Amino acid sequence: MRNLWIFISKYNAIILFFVFFFISLGILINNNSYQRASSWNSSNELIAKQYQRINEFKNYLRLREINDSLAAENSRLHNLLPQIDSVSIGNQAKKITDTVYRQQYRYLTAKVINNSINQKNNYLTINKGSNDGIKQGMGVIGPNGVVGIVLNVSPKYATIQSLLHNDTRISASLNTTKAFGSLVWGNGNFDSQFAILQDVPNHIKVKKGEKVITSGYSLFPAGINIGRVVETDLKGGNNFLNIKVILSTNFASLSYVYVITDGGAREKEQLESLNKKE
Amino acid sequence: MERIPIYIARFILLIFIQVFLLKNIGFYNLATPFVYLLFILILPFKTPNWLLFTLSFLLGLSVDVFYDTLGLHALASTVLALGRISLIRITVSVEDRENEPEPSMNHMGFRWFLIYAFILILCHHLVLFSFETFRLSDFGITLLRTILSSFFTLFLILLSELLFYRNKKR
Repeated sequence: MRNLWIFISKYNAIILFFVFFFISLGILINNNSYQRASSWNSSNELIAKQYQRINEFKNYLRLREINDSLAAENSRLHNLLPQIDSVSIGNQAKKITDTVYRQQYRYLTAKVINNSINQKNNYLTINKGSNDGIKQGMGVIGPNGVVGIVLNVSPKYATIQSLLHNDTRISASLNTTKAFGSLVWGNGNFDSQFAILQDVPNHIKVKKGEKVITSGYSLFPAGINIGRVVETDLKGGNNFLNIKVILSTNFASLSYVYVITDGGAREKEQLESLNKKE
Repeated sequence: MERIPIYIARFILLIFIQVFLLKNIGFYNLATPFVYLLFILILPFKTPNWLLFTLSFLLGLSVDVFYDTLGLHALASTVLALGRISLIRITVSVEDRENEPEPSMNHMGFRWFLIYAFILILCHHLVLFSFETFRLSDFGITLLRTILSSFFTLFLILLSELLFYRNKKR
């Protein structure tokens, strides 16, 4: 005890200095939004950079897989080309006139630099941000189907709220009957391969193996693949079906995604907000 | 003990000058003077450490309140207090510390005070501006602001000391 007092009195200047230094540092960071924001920002950027570095290394090991998925997508897009030509002279010409004047959806390629599938709420990080025109709330798809929604954007990076997230709801419809519902994940189902399609009325006949696609009512263009129906069951006393869907996107091996810019989104939102006022 | 009212008046006066006059003076945001730290520079030699740190902290905090940068000047002033303790321990002999009341130009002479003030002002401003910028990428401009502001502050502090300078013995 005596030695402690001697120690304190000998080094009292430096001890007092640290006490007051950390008091003022605490006050500084707690009260000034700039210092607080920048200390968070720089650390975020630091972490994102580390992820990117590790990801570059990982990608090198997975080049064969990535190549295969890109080749598969290329062939799928090639198959689509003749269809578009035939549509333009077919009876669906109405649909095309909309896109002749102005392309409604644009696709932006981004690389996934961080990904999770095992959490309760999963997020992805991509290497494009507000500098590339990415904004909050944009839809994100992968080569095989829907991936998620852009959640936060920094100048160089963006985080995506994955489909594998408790709060993600995507408007989806069945391919044959066009009945639509909302696709959710979580609530006791934590398998990254499956999601649940809710709110489809129970008079709809659902076939096993039927394709589930986006309905076009939300951020995504209509007709983007989501998955296939695995099984349907009726919740007791409920008028809606609970359809189990196997997802077409393999979230575990996602490496490139497309961010969808919806040219008409703002106009649509403005128009729809008028409904709520009345 | 009987000089305590003088120190209180000095404390208030320096904050007043800093906040209402010098806050509006600056050259292109590069050189801004912070004369209030004259108060810490010329506190008596016999001030105990705890009082020195508390006064520095309070002085910085009062300036902060007016500058809307809560904690920033308090932090820089705390660093200044530590600098003062170590610099006095190194440069002033024990007899001087006993005989002279305070480390001002009057008692310690022009040359000593010039070096003493310059080193401490430089420390204070370096801490102040680097914590204000709060990132390393703009270090060049921070350094430039530190040096220019230090000279500005030093100039004003020397001026105010010379006003009350009486060449007694040296």
